[in-house]
Amino acid sequence: MAQNGNASELVVLKKVKKHYPVTGGVFRRQVGTVKAVDGVSLAIRRGETLGLVGESGCGKSTLGRVILRLERPTSGSILYDGRDILALSRDEMRPLRRKMQIIFQDPYSSLNPRQTVGRIISEGLVIHGVGTPEERMDRVRYLMNVVGLRPEHINRYPHEFSGGQRQRIGIARALALQPELIICDEPVSALDVSIQAQVINLLMDLQEEFQLTYLFVSHDLSVVRHISDRVAVMYLGRIVELADKKELYRNPLHPYTQALLEAAPLPDPDRKKERKGLTGDLPSPLNPPSGCHFHPRCPKAMEQCRKSVPVLKEKGDRHWVRCFLYGDEVDESL
Amino acid sequence: MTKLLEVQNLKTYFFTDRGVAKAVDDVSFSLDTGKTLCVVGESGCGKSVTALSIMRLIPEPPGRIVGGRILFEGTDLVALPESRMRSIRGNKISMIFQEPMTSLNPVFRVGDQIAEVLELHENMKKADAMDRAVELLRMVGIPSPESRVRDYPHQMSGGMRQRVMIAMALACNPKLIIADEPTTALDVTIQAQILELMEELSRTTGTAILLITHDLGVVAETAEHVVVMYAGRVVEEAPVRELFHDPLHPYTRGLMRSIPSMSEDDKTRLEVIPGVVPSLLALPVGCKFNDRCRHAFDRCLAEEPPLTTPKEGHSVRCWLFH
Repeated sequence: MAQNGNASELVVLKKVKKHYPVTGGVFRRQVGTVKAVDGVSLAIRRGETLGLVGESGCGKSTLGRVILRLERPTSGSILYDGRDILALSRDEMRPLRRKMQIIFQDPYSSLNPRQTVGRIISEGLVIHGVGTPEERMDRVRYLMNVVGLRPEHINRYPHEFSGGQRQRIGIARALALQPELIICDEPVSALDVSIQAQVINLLMDLQEEFQLTYLFVSHDLSVVRHISDRVAVMYLGRIVELADKKELYRNPLHPYTQALLEAAPLPDPDRKKERKGLTGDLPSPLNPPSGCHFHPRCPKAMEQCRKSVPVLKEKGDRHWVRCFLYGDEVDESL
Repeated sequence: MTKLLEVQNLKTYFFTDRGVAKAVDDVSFSLDTGKTLCVVGESGCGKSVTALSIMRLIPEPPGRIVGGRILFEGTDLVALPESRMRSIRGNKISMIFQEPMTSLNPVFRVGDQIAEVLELHENMKKADAMDRAVELLRMVGIPSPESRVRDYPHQMSGGMRQRVMIAMALACNPKLIIADEPTTALDVTIQAQILELMEELSRTTGTAILLITHDLGVVAETAEHVVVMYAGRVVEEAPVRELFHDPLHPYTRGLMRSIPSMSEDDKTRLEVIPGVVPSLLALPVGCKFNDRCRHAFDRCLAEEPPLTTPKEGHSVRCWLFH
């Protein structure tokens, strides 16, 4: 694999926006816009795990769905392996869909309760016309084995499995078509601690075995730290910080990242509890604050934070931050 | 001195068509005034059923408290008639649930819901109760409580709704608050605010808190004393520092090692507890953890270990320490 600049980047997002109109009143007129994703530029490198952290409503799941073109962005471009996927027709998109898969958070609602495990895992193979029925079932048995399920359970239904096992079914389904990219949308959030660890290990093993690229979307900072190579922090539709994992956790620059790290409870009773703590609630994405969205909760907010949006700029070694504390440049595109 | 709450050999069973599920089986612990006790465990370990047993809110049938005593200020709640229990519930003992949206009534204003508690238990007049509701909302940190008191639950965010739940729980100055996963549905920054609020309130009002959680991070930050449950039993009990510094039970150790660390940078494999939590209808013979334990030996398969106290104030249910 060529390791020069662009070839190492599997997905490149440029100024991607996803805005949802909000309608109200008797005539369903548009009364507002939710800017779920607001001008995100980001690259996911081949073979890496990019962690995407943020609180509820920050747009992290929407961003994942936009990359898969499950949602069409309002503007911006998405290059997959150098091709602009927004310019592709449905038919042209289809072969690409095999290469990108998604694992969902809720192992209870993301599997069809009326289909057997064999049918669920093989569905992608059927749709893309891969192999004969026997070959497909062989592949399903192989995949079940890979993700740690017993292949003889191929004819069972989802309700016969525990939460952790269901998540394994979801992972096997995602692997069926030999994808390159897997969007993991909070894949372990609904699982018990001891089961979480099993699934995280499995995802890491699979990445090595099949050279997978992950976008790992989560609100859990310790899980993201464990699995990621780089981490992006999102707040109300915008990336506010992006850096290599070590750098981000050791030297968080954005006040929001600092607050997030401070707020996360650690399993260490000796840790000094000197939380300054964030005050205030997450603002509504329907009516976000002006300027830097974080300014009403930011302990270091200045006059200009209320008026304009800082640009996401590189501060130090591959460490990007969107904050006026580190420079005065204004992002004119927002 | 009598303890505020003493749970002694509590047994709560559920009688189902497929057999008897012993959700809580011989659980004992106690809690002093002004202290915080955490009960930690994974889903199905019996921690919520323990909480509901104390509140006497076990759906009956299929459930029933079949044994043991729950002494609250010396009175056995298990033996209390429902009418007397009703005067304790929401008054001397109140409860905060995980999901603030489903535990508030969506068609009543939050102020009315708080005032209802006061009218019922304190015989307050409506107007006085509303004034007190405003005061309580201010106490739990809701901005402009005078107008917020007229909000409906859907007009508030998750964190605010949980604050309303706490205000309601505090309304009658309870001796004990039982909080069942109070921050699990909340975002990290909001979770930190709520935990801080609960800690502060317990400090200023002297209310004891029984906190039920699955999150060892939350335990480390809030508890003074910890009870670890597995398959309906207490498997370990210790003061919080002692538990984190020297966990004894293989299950507790496994749990602690399976959390991703915030101080390691390398992508290492996490240590895992193999297998899954056993079904309460088909528990293994002997120690209930024996099928997932790497230290299990023949005695563990044959006989269930009793809770012993190998170190002062630190008890564990494991043959390794016998």
